[in-house]
Amino acid sequence: MEQAFFTLQEFMTHTKSVVYLLMAAALIGLPLFWLFLTGRDEKKRTF
Amino acid sequence: MGITRRQLFGWMAAAGAGALAPGVAKAAAGKHFSGYPESFGVLHDITHCIGCRKCEAACNEVNDLPDPDTPFDDLKVLQDKRPLSATAYTVVNRYQFESASEPVYVKTQCNHCLEPACASACFVKALRKDETGAVVYDASLCVGCRYCMIACPFQVPAYEYDKAFTPRVMKCTLCYSRIREGKLPGCVAACPKEALTFGRRDDLIKEAQRRINRNPGQYVDHIYGRFEMGGTSWLYLSPRSFSSLGMREDLGVKAAPEYTSGALAVVPMAVTAGVVLLTGIYAIARRREQIAEDERQAAVAQTRARAEEEMKQKLTEQKKAADKEREAIVNREVEKALKEAEQERAADKPAADDDSGKET
Amino acid sequence: MQQISASLKNAAKTSVWTPFNIVAGIIIAVGLVLTVIRFTGGLGAVTNLDHHTPWGLWIGFDLLCGVALAAGGYMTSAACYIFGLKRFHAAVRPAILTAFLGYALVVLALHYDVGRPWRLPYPIFYSQGTSSLLFEVALCVFLYLTVLFVEFTPAALEWLGLKRARNLVVRLVLVLTIFGVILSTLHQSSLGALYLIAPSKLHPLWYSSYLALFFFVSSMFAGLSMVIFESTLSHRFLHHKMDEHHLEQSHGVAISFARAASFIMMGYLFMQMIGLAADNDWHHLTTGWGAWYLLEMIGFVALPAFFFALGSRERNLRLIRWTALWAVLGIVFNRLNVSLVAFNWQLPADQRYFPSWMEVGITLFIVTLGVVAYRFIATRMPILYEHPDYREQQEE
Ligand code: SF4
Ligand code: SF4
Ligand code: SF4
Repeated sequence: MEQAFFTLQEFMTHTKSVVYLLMAAALIGLPLFWLFLTGRDEKKRTF
Repeated sequence: MGITRRQLFGWMAAAGAGALAPGVAKAAAGKHFSGYPESFGVLHDITHCIGCRKCEAACNEVNDLPDPDTPFDDLKVLQDKRPLSATAYTVVNRYQFESASEPVYVKTQCNHCLEPACASACFVKALRKDETGAVVYDASLCVGCRYCMIACPFQVPAYEYDKAFTPRVMKCTLCYSRIREGKLPGCVAACPKEALTFGRRDDLIKEAQRRINRNPGQYVDHIYGRFEMGGTSWLYLSPRSFSSLGMREDLGVKAAPEYTSGALAVVPMAVTAGVVLLTGIYAIARRREQIAEDERQAAVAQTRARAEEEMKQKLTEQKKAADKEREAIVNREVEKALKEAEQERAADKPAADDDSGKET
Repeated sequence: MQQISASLKNAAKTSVWTPFNIVAGIIIAVGLVLTVIRFTGGLGAVTNLDHHTPWGLWIGFDLLCGVALAAGGYMTSAACYIFGLKRFHAAVRPAILTAFLGYALVVLALHYDVGRPWRLPYPIFYSQGTSSLLFEVALCVFLYLTVLFVEFTPAALEWLGLKRARNLVVRLVLVLTIFGVILSTLHQSSLGALYLIAPSKLHPLWYSSYLALFFFVSSMFAGLSMVIFESTLSHRFLHHKMDEHHLEQSHGVAISFARAASFIMMGYLFMQMIGLAADNDWHHLTTGWGAWYLLEMIGFVALPAFFFALGSRERNLRLIRWTALWAVLGIVFNRLNVSLVAFNWQLPADQRYFPSWMEVGITLFIVTLGVVAYRFIATRMPILYEHPDYREQQEE
């Protein structure tokens, strides 16, 4: 994965697109993990 | 000398163009970016420009732009300052100064920044810095948001406002397809006075510095575009201050993406931290509610217990009272009965006495 | 179902020729004509946009102000659902509705503004220019509009009597609220950050590396003021649609929101000052631009903040409501300053932009569409009152 970047602009486009994907993963993953975390609590409204 | 300097640089460029293709990339060292190595540029020596508009004509031709209202050999248009437009990628303007008899002519076009603000601003990657040094536009991606126009510090990109269905952003291409073919940009090839020199940017900077050093007093000691906004592929040499020629000198040397990188860096962190934080706040609020609820329930239970106790007590008291009352009633009844019995007896006695007396 | 037929009957009974309907009708008719001109003749046919000013009224007002004023949605839902301030419950639905309509109209306005609107999905689905702040804006608008739409659906589903679907959505409220708060936070701030790329064009009094923060913080009090202002309008015109729960809560909501707005505005003033100090821009204050800036800061932030404070201390609803309108105007003033007045300040006056009447016409058209849609929805769906079938569940 050794990629060469010659401009800051290109570097940012690349890194930001990875970062945005991770951000999406966090947005979806964290609430799901919260569900898991509180899954054994009383049935009432655990999200 | 049979070979002009312009041609020399042109040949060098043509020879170099082939080497671009495989992209022998030196790995990006650390986080510092110095642009595409060996990329091209143009040096515009303002002292040589005579305002003939040949470059405008050539540009119009090689880019298939629509015919202008007034022909290119009509120099009267120089009386007014003209901005770049959707039909002119390049424009020459005249600056007349009272202190000098000779006017100064400046050619403007896209400066092909090393870190282009326009490309950094485009949200569909319709603009990009090419390895030739050109900042290239792809109309098949462009949405027409015109954020590139907002971003460009040199007021370069123009827009086809009059087209309803296929409006494009219009700007100089550095003739990058001609460069790839080993040809010179149209305007450079057309210039009769060597006011434009095409070559590798690094070489152009050396050449410009050489001209400044060789001709003391002829140039201001500054290569415009060397550092402006992080540097541009198009460089300028001028006989007088650039700001007097309509070129901004207050732009600073920071590259455009550096202005936005801070704000952009905050985004993903804010989202992730935000999810954690808000969920936490929610959980705390709920917990507090739960505690309040529990306490309320406990309090309710307690009062109920107390009430029951009291009730019981009251009941027993009542019972006691009732018992007492009943007792009292019984007692009273008994007493009454006794009294009655006694009265009866008492009544009986005298009667008996009477009777007896009568009887006797 | 009964309700629908009842409301239809009502609508049929009352005359269509109310002054409101007539004015709205004229504006919409003109707007439709202008729309045709815009999409057949190009942007140049209706706008005064030019080489120097590519963004005009439609970005400055429709996008920037529209989004700022829709901030009530995330403020109220966050207060109610995340911070657990249940007493704001009655304010949530109207605020969500306004936010949803606001965003929908912003997107509509963007279709007019960009050159090739049919490519608007490109940045999200086709070619992601991730280094752009406009990319972030596009992403947030897209996602947040979706979230708002889902948040709004319970009202529509109750109206249509689709119980099961409604209960399913209500269960998602918390996740949606968290998403919504994050997305709109980002979105508000990224609108300010849009201008970070143009330090050479925006006047230093308005340009700051804290621009994103300023936009976010000012959107908070914009949203709060807008909720108060809008409830004033609803009280005047849609009073009969409100239930006791709503009426009873709305006074409390106004007073608490005024207090919150006042405090945030004071904080915002200090932040602005820190921004000035960070760039050492003090000397600009003595120029004409400085006077304009001070007018914004004192006339449209400090004074409303003070009157909000008075109003909430003295529980003076009238004062609070007028101040809310004032603060809303202040936000509009600020956004127009950043996008139009102080932008391109270096240009000579004859090259500056001023909107054409047709641009204003389209903007009015879009705002009118919003008001009509709000009225249509609020008079039919359970927005200002609770649907009798769901009262219990909603308390949860
Ligand atoms: S001068 Fe303007 S249009 Fe040209 S590359 Fe630089 S930012 Fe882009
Ligand atoms: S107008 Fe086109 S090229 Fe310019 S930023 Fe928008 S999408 Fe990119
Ligand atoms: S480089 Fe090409 S496109 Fe640019 S001004 Fe010269 S001729 Fe025109």
